[in-house]
Amino acid sequence: MPNPQDRSPMISLRGITKSFPGVLANDHIDLDIFSSEIHALLGENGAGKSTLMKILFGFYRADAGEIRLSGKPISIRSPRDARSARIGMVFQDLNLIPAFTVAENIALFLPNLKVVLNPQEIDNRINEISKQYGLAVNPRALVSQLSIGEQQKVEILKLLLSDARLLILDEPTRVLAPHEVEALFGVLDNLRKDGYAIVLITHKMKEVLQCADRITVLRSGRVAGTLLRSEATEEKLVKLMFEKALSGLKITESKRDESSKPILELRGIETRAEGAGVTLKGIDLQVRSGEIVGVAGVSGNGQKELCDVVLGMTTCVRGEKYLFEQNLTNRSVGAMRRKGVGFIPENPLAMASIPFMTVLENMALPHTWRYARYGGFAIDWKSLKEDIQKTEKQLGFSVNFYAIAKSLSGGNLQRMVILREMTHDPHLIIASYLTRGLDMQSAIAARQALIQARERGAGILFISEDLEELFMLSDRLLVLYGGRFVGEFKPSETNIYEVGHLMTGSKVEHVG
Amino acid sequence: MSARTFLRIAVSNTLVKNIARYVMMMLLALLLFGIILLATGKDPFQSYRDMFGATFGSAYGFSEVLVAMIPMLITALAVALPSRVGLINVGGEGQLYIGAAFATWGALTFKDQPAWVLLPLMALLGMIGGALWAFIPGYLKSIGLVNETITTLLMNSIAPKIVGFLIFGFWHSPMDTVKTENFVSAARLPTFFNTRVHLGFVIALVLLALFWIIMKYTRWGLEMRAIGGNPQAARRNGIPLKGYLIVIMCLGGAIAGLAGMSHVSGFYGVLILNFSMGLGFMGFLICWLAGGDPIGIFLMSFVVAIITTGGNFLQLTQGLPYAVINILLALALFVVLASPKFFEGKKA
Repeated sequence: MPNPQDRSPMISLRGITKSFPGVLANDHIDLDIFSSEIHALLGENGAGKSTLMKILFGFYRADAGEIRLSGKPISIRSPRDARSARIGMVFQDLNLIPAFTVAENIALFLPNLKVVLNPQEIDNRINEISKQYGLAVNPRALVSQLSIGEQQKVEILKLLLSDARLLILDEPTRVLAPHEVEALFGVLDNLRKDGYAIVLITHKMKEVLQCADRITVLRSGRVAGTLLRSEATEEKLVKLMFEKALSGLKITESKRDESSKPILELRGIETRAEGAGVTLKGIDLQVRSGEIVGVAGVSGNGQKELCDVVLGMTTCVRGEKYLFEQNLTNRSVGAMRRKGVGFIPENPLAMASIPFMTVLENMALPHTWRYARYGGFAIDWKSLKEDIQKTEKQLGFSVNFYAIAKSLSGGNLQRMVILREMTHDPHLIIASYLTRGLDMQSAIAARQALIQARERGAGILFISEDLEELFMLSDRLLVLYGGRFVGEFKPSETNIYEVGHLMTGSKVEHVG
Repeated sequence: MSARTFLRIAVSNTLVKNIARYVMMMLLALLLFGIILLATGKDPFQSYRDMFGATFGSAYGFSEVLVAMIPMLITALAVALPSRVGLINVGGEGQLYIGAAFATWGALTFKDQPAWVLLPLMALLGMIGGALWAFIPGYLKSIGLVNETITTLLMNSIAPKIVGFLIFGFWHSPMDTVKTENFVSAARLPTFFNTRVHLGFVIALVLLALFWIIMKYTRWGLEMRAIGGNPQAARRNGIPLKGYLIVIMCLGGAIAGLAGMSHVSGFYGVLILNFSMGLGFMGFLICWLAGGDPIGIFLMSFVVAIITTGGNFLQLTQGLPYAVINILLALALFVVLASPKFFEGKKA
């Protein structure tokens, strides 16, 4: 690899500044991107990584600063300008049209599209590029039938075919299984060899050390430092990211008791899919007091449905659900809630909060019966506040009670939901993607909250797609694929590759 | 808090903003209507003089405005309450008819009872009638079968036919086939100060206040706002969604039924075929223009009542057809709907 210092950069950002109401997202950021390099942008959520790259892609306009392409200042006002400067970006939430084929999706994006399409020609171009870089995908397949990993390949192909020379990937590994991550890094490596510049936005340190050539760390909108991979170590990066050492997670021994009666038991649960959802088939599950049962899986394999069945949102067509040995199959959510079931959903804004109500009002919702006074004519806000404050002290984070839920960032919203659900010591906690959207410190606090609950004797159903987190916390680990459990392990008796393959269905064996 | 900030808060308060908005709206509507009057060869200034003379010029004229407001206030509330849980109740008209029919049955059957028994009984019957009529769409909605907007709207065409059947078949007076005999005085809501303003006005105001208090302070208000804000999240928090949908729809129907009772008992004193002529629809319009807000409902009803009573008078003095009222009303509605932000100052 040539030493980047000897060459002139392909793109340079100088003094990029961008503020949003109340936040300075980017504060005079300088950044050089060279061809033939993988440049990692590392930082916590809210450090300004995505904002910076969205400015480069023309999605936002910088308040100040300039962008230079091969030394010449250019103005990028829209994604269209970015594309003519040969800059392409793959967003966190992939932007493909599900009802179109791969080829159609790519054709839409081609700069020199003819009036009459020649599908064969487009197919050929796709096949050529995909062979060259190991991005195998069938051009005639419908996008709706592709896995997330394959969709990501299509997004990358789209950029390559539209002649981009700089590829920006926003948290590309978030939705991938471990072996898919490795495949992706292989692809990126090939691209680098052919002179492409790649910017990788991420907050995962391991990945950065694995594949990046240079690493720029952002912290609260400023560049905290840029390192070559050879100079970088995990400690150095943590120090740059947080300024101080993180207090680690204190994992206490599980108090799991095999012989105890399960808190939650599902026997042969089967559901009927709603819309584009997944059908659960033959779900058997036990959650005992004092254990964390991890459910691994690529999202969209029945996680949402599993939560909804346990909570009582959807009815099951077959099977039974027991809570404390009491048959509560197809009983209302309210009945489950009153028995001490806490629920932290995958999407706190859509599934757990009322956007236009204040945080405090939102906090009252699962417990309205508890705080109603005079038969319901008044609500005891004071004792609600006291209860929440107690939980805040326990968990070590807090939220502004009088903010409107809609105005909170994703992380704060998640904190609100965690605080709410942990109040009143629930016996069973369903936590779905607990740490999605949280920065590292809050993620540690949230996981600590689960461990505290386990110590207290609560049973926890912990759904995640972050395998590291699952291996760290779970006492038992189940793998969900296509609406079935396809594997059950003790975390100590397996490894992320075995689980990863099961998650993506490349090795299916039915359990039970 | 300094005096100035207090003043600023007081001025930015909804009430003042609302009043300013309705005044602006009226002025613009009157300007447009003036052009239409000119085009038809009438004198707009004389017309407006007549109109406002008829409504603000005398105590009696003003009382007539209040009379016209009563059914508007109550039927608007019958829309506002369900709207808080996301239900669109277009069925105020039908619920009002059925409520009126139930109340009339009470008035005709128990005419020997004293007023203090008969009136509450009629009110209760009216509410039951409206609630039953609203239960059908409410239940169908809650089991996810049919959208309540469609069912309530269609059921509006059925209700007056049922009332007609009852009048023609059983209740018509010996003299007249299109109405019942006049209610006994015990079945009439008391009126105030020699005007036609009846107790319904007080009932309407109490209901509006109750609505505001319940939404703001009670457990049910909180849960209803939650359902209106995000039904799925509300359900996941253990709030019984189906139960609320049915109960609130029935309550909305009950309120519309009460409007029917107050109109036959307080205004007509008799049940006449097709007596409503769109009161329920007017309530729907008023509620949506006011954004379901109680103060807005009051102000909007006031504006609409001025137009209808003043417009009635214009028919007499200027020889204008009845349709002009609808034109003026339509202009007012158009102005409101065109750009609500326009009337809220430049900050939007």
